[in-house]
Amino acid sequence: MSLIEVRNLGKIYQRGSEEIHVLRDLNLDVDAGEFVAFMGPSGSGKTTLLNLLGGLDLPSEGRITVAGDEITRMSGSRLTAWRARHVGFVFQMYNLIPVLTAFQNVELPLLLTSLSKSERRRHVEAALTIVGLEERMHHYPRQLSGGQEQRVGIARAIVADPTFLLCDEPTGDLDRKSADEVLELLDQLVREYGKTVLIITHDPLAAQRAASVRHLEKGALVEE
Amino acid sequence: MKYRHLILRNLVRKKTRTALTIGSFAVALFLFGLLNVLHDAFAQGMEVAGADRLVVVNRVSIIQPLPFSYRDRLLRVPGVTHVTFANWFGGVYQDEKNFFAQFAIDREGYRQMFPEYLIDDGQWRAFLGDKEAAIAGEALAEKFKWKIGDRIPIRGTIYQGTWEFNLRGIYRGQRAQDDVNQFWLRWDYLDERTQIGKSRVGWYTLRIASPDDATRVAKAIDDGFANSPYETKTDTEKAFAASFVKQMGNIQLLMLTVGSVVFFTLLLVTGNTMAIAVRERTRELAVLKAVGFTDTFVLVMVIAETMIVAALGGGLGLGLAKLLTLRGDPTGGLLPYFQLGADAVALGLALALAVGLIAGFLPALAAARLRVVEALRRV
Repeated sequence: MSLIEVRNLGKIYQRGSEEIHVLRDLNLDVDAGEFVAFMGPSGSGKTTLLNLLGGLDLPSEGRITVAGDEITRMSGSRLTAWRARHVGFVFQMYNLIPVLTAFQNVELPLLLTSLSKSERRRHVEAALTIVGLEERMHHYPRQLSGGQEQRVGIARAIVADPTFLLCDEPTGDLDRKSADEVLELLDQLVREYGKTVLIITHDPLAAQRAASVRHLEKGALVEE
Repeated sequence: MKYRHLILRNLVRKKTRTALTIGSFAVALFLFGLLNVLHDAFAQGMEVAGADRLVVVNRVSIIQPLPFSYRDRLLRVPGVTHVTFANWFGGVYQDEKNFFAQFAIDREGYRQMFPEYLIDDGQWRAFLGDKEAAIAGEALAEKFKWKIGDRIPIRGTIYQGTWEFNLRGIYRGQRAQDDVNQFWLRWDYLDERTQIGKSRVGWYTLRIASPDDATRVAKAIDDGFANSPYETKTDTEKAFAASFVKQMGNIQLLMLTVGSVVFFTLLLVTGNTMAIAVRERTRELAVLKAVGFTDTFVLVMVIAETMIVAALGGGLGLGLAKLLTLRGDPTGGLLPYFQLGADAVALGLALALAVGLIAGFLPALAAARLRVVEALRRV
């Protein structure tokens, strides 16, 4: 059984009287420990798919099951709790909170757990060590480079040990060198820590790192 | 509290804005504190009024006298247990700026009528033994550096001539709000020396057996002197004090109006500031929700930020108002009770927090209702 099962997924947006089918009849299976890249032109539905897989939005039709839980049937509050437990998000613009240090940013998901302060500290330090920023834990985002900010973002995504990571263009705002470092890090998370990583990207080099690449066009998965 | 830094760090995100918002609260609460001080100062007479005391004045006006002979008639009114009287002297000490209340008092009954004014027995005996004696409140004595034995000249304005008094006593107040800025001289000395208004008193103060009986006793007195050359108007001491306050206009309404306008403006300013603050953090709030923070958490976080600002600003404003009152009456005797009470501080803080709560609620609600997907899409 796959970790993530997507069946007949559809998403329709209403714009006035017009219905826009962003995703249609999409089926997908992702196994645990897989590194999957989604590619496709703008407007192909990549971000919408990521939002649905991350429980940030609900589909118009179809279902998504993650580790046996059908998230498309969950209420808003249950979905919020589910996200906290199962999903680690990595955003293109890093989306760190500028008034918090790297440590405090990474600690955020752990505030939702019952871990003690010392346990939280241990987890945060471990996550920052994995991304190679243990020396920068008391730096604020403005004191870090773009690549370092993204690595803090990855540390935040993995600190609570989620079931899978969803990365929305994680290298889209980085120079080549920083992008490679981030991709190497994601690769390392899959290889060494058995993480499941789903990444949306326009970057062919980024897609090359993935074990499998799925192409989206006009809201449907297509074979290359 | 593990979320503390998340809330506190947001407050220093825009230091100038936070400082200005705290400043708005501080100014508003300073004004609130000051208005309260003034209100209490004006209403002090009502606060200290005895529940079992009535005041009898001339029906025409307080400045019209009543005959001394009324004392015995008042004592015969059923329910009246004790009577005393006083006159307004209205002199000037050195300079007209040195205003303080001077009362020619009934040496027999005044002390018994006003037990809240504490005076040493020896000093009271000295007062009774010297026709030219005077007693001053401790704040007044302190202000003019008077000490017992001093000879105090006062130029009469109603009762012409220069009057010299020997300071025989200094009284204290039993409570903080008791007026310790009065100057007492002997009515019998005034009556003996003056050529005008002989055997006349300014007002009578009565003690009655039961405060519940006040209306009946007052009516009995006024009915008893009806159609006489000196008709009376009898009120409880509290109502008498209130009528004084009313002579200066509806101060309470004025203060309420000013206070309401200030707080309403503060509400709008703070609400607008918080709305801007929330709008600027749309993506961050979306990220918080994406990683699993609930709508309720976001709502509470934004409200908590506003309420901390309100508490800091409110505390600062009230603290400044309190500091201002620590030096006491700035008018030199017109407002003897010039203090910011603990109840006013508590009310001020509660009001500040309420404004913070209301002002923060709509922006907080907007933050709580934020849809993560849409918010992340915004640049």
